[in-house]
Amino acid sequence: MSLVAATTGSYSWPAVAGLDDAEAKLRAVLGDAVLAVTAHAGEIGIIVPRDSIATVLTALRDDTDLRFNQLIDITAVDYPERPERFDVVYQLLSMAKNLRLSVTVTSDGRAPVPSVTGLYPVAGWYERETWDMFGVLFAGNADLRRILTDYGFEGHPFRKDFPLTGHVELRYSEEHKRVVYEPVKLAQDFRNFDFLSPWEGTDYVLPGDEKAKS
Amino acid sequence: MADLAASTVAWTAEDTADVLPPSKPGNDIQNYMINFGPQHPAAHGVLRLVMELDGELIERCDPHIGLLHRGTEKLCEYKTYLQALPYMDRLDYVSPMCMEHSYVLAIEKLAGIEVPLRAKYIRTLFAEITRILNHILNVTAHALDVGAMTPILWMFEEREALLGFYERVSGARFHAAYFRPGGVHQDLPDGLLGDIRAWADGYLKVLDEMQGLVADNRIFKQRNVDIGVISKEDAIAWGFTGPCIRASGVAWDLRKSQPYDAYHLMDFDVPVSDDGDCYARFMVRMEEMRQSLRIIYQCLDQMPAGRHATLDRKVSPPSRSEMKRSMEALIHHFKLYTEGLHVPAGQVYVATESPKGEFGVFMVADGTNKPYRCHIRATGMAHLQAMDFLCKGHMLADAPAILGSLDIVFGEVDR
Repeated sequence: MSLVAATTGSYSWPAVAGLDDAEAKLRAVLGDAVLAVTAHAGEIGIIVPRDSIATVLTALRDDTDLRFNQLIDITAVDYPERPERFDVVYQLLSMAKNLRLSVTVTSDGRAPVPSVTGLYPVAGWYERETWDMFGVLFAGNADLRRILTDYGFEGHPFRKDFPLTGHVELRYSEEHKRVVYEPVKLAQDFRNFDFLSPWEGTDYVLPGDEKAKS
Repeated sequence: MADLAASTVAWTAEDTADVLPPSKPGNDIQNYMINFGPQHPAAHGVLRLVMELDGELIERCDPHIGLLHRGTEKLCEYKTYLQALPYMDRLDYVSPMCMEHSYVLAIEKLAGIEVPLRAKYIRTLFAEITRILNHILNVTAHALDVGAMTPILWMFEEREALLGFYERVSGARFHAAYFRPGGVHQDLPDGLLGDIRAWADGYLKVLDEMQGLVADNRIFKQRNVDIGVISKEDAIAWGFTGPCIRASGVAWDLRKSQPYDAYHLMDFDVPVSDDGDCYARFMVRMEEMRQSLRIIYQCLDQMPAGRHATLDRKVSPPSRSEMKRSMEALIHHFKLYTEGLHVPAGQVYVATESPKGEFGVFMVADGTNKPYRCHIRATGMAHLQAMDFLCKGHMLADAPAILGSLDIVFGEVDR
């Protein structure tokens, strides 16, 4: 698998230098730690076991042909239907070799992902954010407080089962002379339109249609 | 108490016993905590810095962010790709079009959309205008933070002219929503390129005058040189990108190393400094504005003819006049603005060189008309995280200088 991204200039998106035979190289460096190699739109990604994330990132950083010296980002994606519902995605950048790589581990939220703050200090806030937004625990992060949500916030808002409107709203109460928190009251039900084309087939049964079937 | 005025002996605990409460042994001096912000003009928005001070020295600095958190990433999941685009303008509201840039490139990469060369040039031109727009605000606000009032007053006139160009192409001075998947929303109006050239011809002089005001100023140098120094290795470890890492001696610019749109056709230099202090970050930005000007001239000279957006009607809407004549065009327009474009399933991470550094969009598409997940890699978050590292051991008055040199905008950090 040669993953040389789009030739410079023919496309609009960034042309990242590729790595010839990326899969073989990654498997040679990481050995059994590579569960799968994904390639999409010219981007390489690997899936590794949760517990080996720190050793994987160390190996990727120290290999002389790869030298992924910067951790750009950590985030998660929620797939509620999966047994391990969270994909925790690490974006790595190799400035020396001009490469990008995404490293994915899975978690059900309760089983903690080992923290990589010892390798990259920048991971501290990214792990805090992932904990705050998704409720993924990171073992070894000394400062795993909430970061973006309000003081005293409950729940993890970027989970797919968390409603867009949230659970509490706040307002300044003239009566109490302070900000008060109250359950969300919507003047109109939250509407989530189905924009998908009915010609392509809906994934639900319209009321009344079930009679036609029987 | 003895006659204190006549006494030449230093006070002892016994002397003050009747006027001061007795101090507890071993607990004489305590560090104290202060809140810097959230309402503080030098905090550049809503930043709360909880600082532990030893006298006037910063022992620890804990930034509390999230006061401007609006859940952009969650909102994107409930909007079609096109409806979610204007949220990007509201991230870093100082450089709106550069925020759109990563987002539209991510959609184009996922869907494999080809963009006409003219659209690439227009985007490059406006990305550089945006870079100057951003750097004007940052360098002058930084100068204001350390006591120089004049630059911000001079330079905002230039910023106003640039916002005028924004308005002429998009109709909005800030929240432009101009970059669209497949190109830009509308072609350049007549005469705009000439006006941009006229502005660019005069800008270099204004920039030089402004730099002459502060760059060699004794107070400005005392406040910035050797303040907030970060080494090359630390800058990489702390996730620095953009001008901040270039000021630490790493010649890394995504426009050069991973070129997008028309940057591979542009000839420009990447300014680098080895000092890694606040002054270096300031000077790197000043030089970047000159390089941006070079790119702007090249865009103006080479601006190709052609379409401003792709002709693929599943991506880009037909023109208004076409819709009056063609039923097909009308249907496409209707479908595009109700259902929106469908992006094939997959996940990509696309990063561009925004004025602040690497601004990335990690997008997961599931084949529908809405993103499954749209994560925004905010540049300022990594920079702000290093505040504790940079401030430790500095004086309290250095904190605004360091903060100013990092170029933090909370719309982007808090998302």
